[in-house]
Order: sequence, then structure tokens, then C-alpha cells
Amino acid sequence: MALVLSEDQQLLKDSAKNFCEQNAPVSVLRGLRDSKDEQGYDQMIWSQMIELGWAGMAIPEAYGGFDFGYGGLGVVLEETGKTLVSSPLISTVLVGATAIVQLGSETQKQDLLPKIVAGELLIALALDEHTSHKPSRIATTATKIDGGYCLNGSKTFVLDGHIANRLIVVARTSGETDGEQGISLFLVDANAKGLNVARTIMVDSRNSSNIQFNKVAVAEDALLGELGQGFNGLDSVLDIARIGIAAEMLGSMQAVFESIVEFLKQREQFGVLIGSFQGLQHRAAEMYSEIELCKSAVRAALAGLDDPDTTQAEIAELASMTKAKLSEVFFLVSNEGIQMHGGIGMTDEFDVGFFIKRARVAQQFLGDASFHRDRYATLNGF
Amino acid sequence: MQSQQEFRSQTRTWLEQNCPESMRTSMVQQEVVWGGRNAEFANPDSEIWLQRMAQKGWTCPTWPSEYGGGGLDKEQAIVLGEELARINARPALNSFGISMLGPVLLEYGNHQQKLEHLPKIVRGEIRWCQGYSEPGSGSDLASLSTKAELQGDNYLINGSKVWTSYADKADWIFCLVRTDFDVPKHSGISFILFDMASEGVSTKPIQLISGSSVFCETFFDDVKAPASNLVGRLNEGWTIAKRLLQHERTMISGFGLSAGQSDNGGTTSTISSLEGTAMDYRGDSKKLSDPVLRDQIAQFKIDADAFAHTSKRSIEESKQGQGPNATSSMLKNYGCELNKRRYELMLQAIGSQGLGWEGEGFNDEELQLTREWLRSKANSIEGGTSEVQLNVIAKRVLGLPDILSLAQK
Repeated sequence: MALVLSEDQQLLKDSAKNFCEQNAPVSVLRGLRDSKDEQGYDQMIWSQMIELGWAGMAIPEAYGGFDFGYGGLGVVLEETGKTLVSSPLISTVLVGATAIVQLGSETQKQDLLPKIVAGELLIALALDEHTSHKPSRIATTATKIDGGYCLNGSKTFVLDGHIANRLIVVARTSGETDGEQGISLFLVDANAKGLNVARTIMVDSRNSSNIQFNKVAVAEDALLGELGQGFNGLDSVLDIARIGIAAEMLGSMQAVFESIVEFLKQREQFGVLIGSFQGLQHRAAEMYSEIELCKSAVRAALAGLDDPDTTQAEIAELASMTKAKLSEVFFLVSNEGIQMHGGIGMTDEFDVGFFIKRARVAQQFLGDASFHRDRYATLNGF
Repeated sequence: MQSQQEFRSQTRTWLEQNCPESMRTSMVQQEVVWGGRNAEFANPDSEIWLQRMAQKGWTCPTWPSEYGGGGLDKEQAIVLGEELARINARPALNSFGISMLGPVLLEYGNHQQKLEHLPKIVRGEIRWCQGYSEPGSGSDLASLSTKAELQGDNYLINGSKVWTSYADKADWIFCLVRTDFDVPKHSGISFILFDMASEGVSTKPIQLISGSSVFCETFFDDVKAPASNLVGRLNEGWTIAKRLLQHERTMISGFGLSAGQSDNGGTTSTISSLEGTAMDYRGDSKKLSDPVLRDQIAQFKIDADAFAHTSKRSIEESKQGQGPNATSSMLKNYGCELNKRRYELMLQAIGSQGLGWEGEGFNDEELQLTREWLRSKANSIEGGTSEVQLNVIAKRVLGLPDILSLAQK
């Protein structure tokens, strides 16, 4: 399991870095926020990302993808994290495509994956129902009806819910509200009758929504994966997504840290550069160390995903290790990003504020540090 | 050229045939082999294992074979390491010669010095100690004042060192001495080797809070060292000294590895699983009943995992580069802090049974844990304090301005 990037991955990373710096700097997100953009992402930039092949990165060639693995998608996410690119890359490519690759029938894969690669289909995962992540706690029901199922319930924190063409809905076909048994996944058309999507304006200026399902009817073939046995598959999709989001967080925290170090080298007080103060030096050195650990965790987790010998249990452990660690360190670095920049760090004009806002959303998404420490302990038998 | 696959299978076969059974178990403190003129082998298999490994040069796998080393390239050395780990083989030899002196002799020593000292390190015939810190020179190491004056063919050495690990057991010392008092402190230091059996050398163990005494005070009273034992150029010893510190820090950072992952080896503690111990002492079966401790252990293990990956990544990266660099300070600092956390959690895990000092009422592992917990407090002081490591990271890795050098100007 290699922890350093391959030559191909390094080339991809360099080109992604270049693209994000040139075409999608933080000012793009600022513009989307200030103009209260309806879509919440820049469609021209997204089209360019599609052209670069980013949507097919981790999709097998048989379905029109480029089979570059999660190591490839991971370095792209790391770079988009550095400039806080707002795009359907996470909802559709990292989560949506992964769910279809992992759980879809041959027909579903043939039908949907090429459309994702071509940028013709946006997908959103409707999972969470409460203020904190717990994927087995599902009250939304899918009742058997003639020719299909009927969905009732409500979802929250659905990324890109208001722009998606298709939703992947986690619902309960049997069992207790808090159980892993009886969970099923459904592909639901965004135009389905009884579906009510309300966009929520989040602190990080990215897309999210609350969705209500009021007697939404879907056909038999809307089922994604096994009936009533969806939890394990869902969890393995979520693990991949957790690792991918950690890669994005890695990029974001590096951007904040770079900005801090640069500031320490140019800001003068008391007649000297503030970077010569040991109180600040040690905090910077400790952050550097923590970020190095984050980098290793992310690389190890991505390499684990691309290694066919890694078991699902090992991936689960890697995912929780990585998401917990990255959440803690992004919390630290984003806070220090404000404090160590002083007054300017508090201004909206300066970009670091966008990062602390993104940090809190990314920390929460698919389980915060506390969720993943608990899960890690359980996975390790204590 | 032999393929890596062949090398692996030959290595595996050789290890199967040559590693004694008792050497395939976790190391116990009493059986660690340090070598030297008065080498002790508490387990007779250790001696056989050392001889066999030394004959292949595999106690120092990457050193050139002309100096007794294994002559392996880095890829092969990694394979050897993996194969050793696969059978849980103990390190055949533990020594400062291997981890600290050897690498800098290879880089800065002359042919004669390499020929004289390296093969003896490989075979564990000479045990080395490190003459660095002095009573007045701790973190400010370069202020050292042990004096070496040239008299004929010898240097006459006077002064004293402190925190010299195992000075009372070592055969030779690599020592920093001041050879010029009239220049800035970094420019008057030389790096010299001499026999601890020389006339005028004396040592005195220092008892630590753990009750043991691996550290010594070391005194030099008109000690004669041949001038040919000076490594590198006169007054340019600081460069070598710093390089050696990077190797030392890399070695010490290994303390952090054993923390989460017993398969990475390293410590001699018989208590391996933190969470298992915590559950045993509470009588818990499925889940650790103390939720706060459980969370702290999970956080610790996650950090230990990420640290182990970092350590591995740094080895992979150094394959392309030049061995340890300033990031060794990061590894040293993090590894030591992790190891201290590990012992604090272990104490919490076993409660009052972890607080015995000696005698009845405690088993050997518990008593050993108390002592190791206290010993671990030195981790973030020895080899450069954590504060010094953070200074090095700030200055050398992040390129932040150095207020100390501003002050000296």
C-alpha cells in the first residue's frame, strides 16, 4: 500500500491544482454567495470539470469512466478543497456514482453511470433525518404497493438536493426505527409527485436542502441494492464518501495553514516579524505536525480503497480513523486560521472565514469526530 | 540483478531456517541485546540469532558489505523488514552504533575509521555511548565546554558530560568537544571517538524518578584520544552533531509506533493492548464501561494509527531523498508525546494497580508499568526536548524567522 503518490496521481494533482487556482478560486464561491445564485454552483466551471474527466475518475471503464481509482478522485478533491470549489463533485461523483457502482444492478449501472460521466445527471443522497448523523436511524418508510413502493417521511442536510435530477433515498421497508435491519435504498426522480424540496442556505454557502416525501410512488425497479438488507452496502458507500470528504478537508486545511505561515512571515509588530515569536511558532509547528498526520491518514485510506485486498471492515476502520482525525484537525486549523491572522481574520473581506464555515459543515457531514471515535472503538471491539 | 520476488522468497526461507523459535516472540526488557565487550545474553538463543544476523550483515542491512553491512538497497531492506515483522522476529541487536554513529560515520568518516568501527558495530562487538549534553548545556547544546587540546599525536580531553545513556556499560564514546574557545560557539566544536577504558574516564549512574538509572554522569580527566579519531574536519563537528541528532530523533520517534500497533515493535512493555487491559480490569466484556476513557483511548489509537502511517510515508519518501531531515523533529516530537499519552492512559486503565512501587500486592507487569510510565516522561526531554523540536520545525520546515539568531546579532 503506497503512501506516496504515483507519477500519474501527481500529474493529475498538479493539473487539478492549476485548474482550481486559475478557474475556481475562492472568489467564485464568494460570488455565488453574494449573488444568491439559484443553482449554488458555477455551471461553466462544472462543465470544464466534466471535460477534464473528473466525474468519471472512479467509475469503471465498462460504464464510460476512466478507472483512475479513488486515489485519483482523492487528489482532485484535495485540490478543490484548497479553493473551496462548490460543485456537484461530492454529491454526484463521490457519493452518487459510488452508490450506483457499489449497489446498482447491471441495468442501473448501464443507464446511470455514463450519464454521470457526461455531466448529464446530478444525484443527491437523502439520508439524514436528525441533527446528527446516524445512518441506521431511519423513520422514512417505503411501503409495498401495487407495482412498487410508496415513500413517506422527511430528510435533512441533503447535499445538492434542490439541483439533483435523481435522489437516492434511504428508507425503511421493515424493522425498528433504530435498527440496521429493514433498510432499503431507492432511486427517486426529482420530479416525482409528492416530493417537496426546500433549499436551505447554509453557513458554508454550499447547497443543502430539506426534503419531504408525501406518498411518493416509485416503481419496483427503483430499488437500489437488496430489499431490507441495504444497511451494509450503504455503510460501505458512506465509508468511501467519508474518506473522500476527508481528502477535501485535507486540501482546505492546507490552504488555511499556508495562509497562516505566509502571514507570520510578513506581519510586523513590536518592530519584528510576528513569526519570530515562539508562542506562535510552536502553535504553527504543532499544526504542521497534525496536518502531516492527516495527510498520511488520507493517503492510507485512499490507497486502501484502491487495493482489492482490503476488507470492508478494514475500510470502515480507515474511514472512521480518517474522518475523526481530519474533523479534529480541521477544527483546530480553522480556529487558528482566524486567531493567528488577528483582526483581519475576522473580516468577511479575507478568505479565511469561508474556510471556518466550510470546516464546521464538513466536520458534521457523514459523522463528526465524536461519531467516528465511537464507531472506531466499536469496530475495534471496545 | 535479482528480482525482488526472489529476494523475498530467499529471505523468507533463510529466516525460517535461522531464526530461533524463542526469537519469534515479543521482546522482553531483560532480553534486549546491546552487544559490547561485556555483552549479556539472558536468553542463549539471542546470541545465536545475533551471530547469524551479523554474519549476513543484516543487523545493518543497508550498510555497504565492505564494512560488514548487508549491502541491501532500500527496497530490499524494506522487504527484509517486512519478512522479519511477518514472523514477529526480535531485533537481533539494539545499539547506538547502529542507529546513530554508524550512519554519520558512513557520511563523514574516513575509510580507515569506517573500516575500524563499522564491522564491530554490525557484529555487536563494541557498544557505543553518546557524549553530548553537559551540566551547563542542555537544550543549548552548542554551548558545551568539554575541552580537547592537541598534544603531539593525541587530544587531551577534560570536562564532563551528563545524561550519557549507558555510559557505565559502553565500550566507546562518540563525543562533542570544544577545540576552539575563541570563535562563535557553533564553530569551535569537533566530533571525536575514544575508548571508555582510557585512563581518566569515569562514570556515575543517575537515579531517575523511575528508580532505574540508564543515564550517567561522565567525567574526563586528562583523557588521551588519538588525533586520528577526529571525525570530519577540526572545528566542523557541529554539522555532524546535528546530522546525528536527526538519526537519533528518528530512532526515538519509534517509541510512538509501538503505541497503537504492536506489530511495529519497539517497546518492551508486556502490556500491549490498552483497550483490552482497560476492559479486563473493569470486568467489561463487549464495551468499555467508562465512556470518557473509551473516547480517550479511541482518540489515542486514531492518532497512533495516523502516526504509524506518517512514519511509513516518511520512509517511502526518504527512498527518493537523502534519509532523515528536519521532519525527523516532527516524528520525534509526536512519537514521544504519543508514548507519554499511552502510559498515562495505561495508568488510568488499571487504576490503583498501576500505582504500586514494589513488593506484594502487584504483579510484575503492573510494577513494570509504573516504572515505564515514569521513564516515559524523559521521552520528550532526551534527544532534544519537545520545545526544541518545535523550534526546529518552525525554523527549518516552515522557514519562520529565528528570534534567537536575531538576538545574537
